[in-house]
Amino acid sequence: MTLAAAFFYLFAAITVASAFKVISAKNPVHAVLYLILAFFNAAGLFVLLGAEFLAMILVVVYVGAVAVLFLFVVMMLDVDFAQLRAGFMKNATLGFTVGMIVLAEIVFFVATQFLKPGALPAGLVRAAPIPQGITNTEALGRVLYTKYVYFFQGAGLILLVAMIGAIVLTLRHKPNVRRQNISEQNARTKSTAMDVIKVPSGGYNIPDKAAAKVAAE
Amino acid sequence: MPRYLVELAPLHSELILIIGAMVLLLWGAFRPETERQADIISWAAIGVLALAGIVLARQPLGNNTLFDGSFRFDAFARYVKMIVIISSAGALLLAPNDARRGKYLKFEYAVLLLLATAGMLMMISANDLISLYLSLELQSLALYVLAAFKRDDVRSSEAGLKYFVLGALSSGMLLYGASLVYGFTGATNFNDIAAVALTKGAGQNIGLIFGLVFLMVGLAFKISAVPFHMWTPDVYEGAPTPVTALFAAAPKAAAFALLTRVMITAFGGIKPQWQQIIIFLSIASMVLGAVAAIGQTNVKRLLAYSSIGNMGFVLVGLAAASPEGIEGVLIYLATYLVMTLGAFAVVLCMRRRSGPVEEIADLAGLATTNPGMAATMAIMMFSLAGIPPLAGFWGKYYVFLAAVKADLWPLAIIGVVASVVGAFYYIRIVIVMYVNDAKSGAENRFMRVPLRESTVMALACLITLLGFLPFPLRNGSLGDWIIATASAAARSLFG
Repeated sequence: MTLAAAFFYLFAAITVASAFKVISAKNPVHAVLYLILAFFNAAGLFVLLGAEFLAMILVVVYVGAVAVLFLFVVMMLDVDFAQLRAGFMKNATLGFTVGMIVLAEIVFFVATQFLKPGALPAGLVRAAPIPQGITNTEALGRVLYTKYVYFFQGAGLILLVAMIGAIVLTLRHKPNVRRQNISEQNARTKSTAMDVIKVPSGGYNIPDKAAAKVAAE
Repeated sequence: MPRYLVELAPLHSELILIIGAMVLLLWGAFRPETERQADIISWAAIGVLALAGIVLARQPLGNNTLFDGSFRFDAFARYVKMIVIISSAGALLLAPNDARRGKYLKFEYAVLLLLATAGMLMMISANDLISLYLSLELQSLALYVLAAFKRDDVRSSEAGLKYFVLGALSSGMLLYGASLVYGFTGATNFNDIAAVALTKGAGQNIGLIFGLVFLMVGLAFKISAVPFHMWTPDVYEGAPTPVTALFAAAPKAAAFALLTRVMITAFGGIKPQWQQIIIFLSIASMVLGAVAAIGQTNVKRLLAYSSIGNMGFVLVGLAAASPEGIEGVLIYLATYLVMTLGAFAVVLCMRRRSGPVEEIADLAGLATTNPGMAATMAIMMFSLAGIPPLAGFWGKYYVFLAAVKADLWPLAIIGVVASVVGAFYYIRIVIVMYVNDAKSGAENRFMRVPLRESTVMALACLITLLGFLPFPLRNGSLGDWIIATASAAARSLFG
């Protein structure tokens, strides 16, 4: 119990600290790296809560895909962060107010849950039962392809439509762009790829065939 | 057939569409990218739709549920699915000619349309909040792409982007509502939600009502009911016309079926709470649809306001919340589909040598230059206005009758007034075609009507004119058959 508590405080402290560094870091690449650190520690918190599947998904999806994508964007786009920060003080009041409202709501909600556990009338809120004696990865695995196969395949179809849509709306075959065509490369023979040109020694007279080739290029 | 396929029998039409779409996608991707290929694939897609329709029509009824009750197949689902498949096929038939001239004919059009239709069928059968959301996203995402399909055209890209951004906003609202409903009922299945909604005091459950309202906002956006209609005129105007023809019919029917199922099946227990919202949406849509259309000069924008107004009339039937009301809704949707396709077939033929035109003024003198096209448009406009023997009248008649039976007198009266105001702009188009003189000169003439468009026009005219006349088919008219089927379908929802 104490060990779990110790890990909880460790993960929680690092999460909060790295989340703070995400917004305060001067270098945007550092900010993304701190974001990844925050994700890892949040995953640790999930493990402590017994939600190991969620923890793994957080690492795989958020760290593996989303954060890396962020990193690409930050590195490839030339974002002028000094210019972005210039308007910071102008909007600080508004941002501070919104943040305070959210904080007050969270405090209010958590406080009512702690001080009066039965504040919400019984029967108003119903929760789905939590299965006992089974890890949640196994629980998901049991129902994903059986009970929820319809939803799972439906989600797959949505992704297929998204893919077709992206290709239809953006792919353009430009005729004047050189592409690598491997079968064409492999089909080249000596006779199609090579011209032997006799250049007379000592003179600058390029033969007609070679001159035409130079002109074409 | 293997046993698992037999067990999935109610899902067969969706499976046909999805597998068909994937086969056509691979076919198109591995063949040379020519317009002829795209044309062949769109014919094949019509074949896939026809096959799905035949399988659907032969599917035996009974309260079939699949996947732990998240998919429901009943007479209601079969009826609306039939409407959706027919209107998708009609919209696809209208596409290739316009696409070839507009230089956006690509095989992905048919594939996306098939996937959107599959999404619509899944919406109609959705009996669970998760299948509701997934099916809605499947159809919406495909439709966003279709709206922007003419990607080199600024207006089409703008339409796609607008539709996408506002659609994402409405999805967010819908998800928020769904999470609240789940939180306050502990269930995602409509029948389990209904059990909670039927308990005493459910009407005072603020969390549940909040969730219901947000769900309704998300769905009202999809049927473009006022005040969630803002996207409709811009998207209808900007999207390629065949896509607009699709938007106006099939997704509206599917979204309306979904809204009906959510309201009647899941929230039947707290009817007074949602009924007032539906009544407001209905009145606002009818009035705005009638008034805002008057000043329009663009035919596609006018039809967009017309569709907003028509959704208001359909909502009258839902507001009644009785089997008669839902019967009216179903009859209305069937007749509206025919009129919409007919009207858009005419709009697609408004093409001069210099390119397509969309202004109402361009229709001037059509009665002399192209009498067939003018007659079709006139029949569709009279029917949309609700002039008696035509099909459009009967849809209005049944929804207003249901409203009166449910003691919603004011709603019915406002509806009648709105349809009289609406008749003004429909008839204005007829006057422009029959009274105004055509501009002279060969360059002002429309090009010849292609075969596919004229087929759609002829069918639409036939159904609108003769469908509801006492015209003996085998036993009764087509209208009698539609009314009987709609009645059975409406009762299956309440059963």
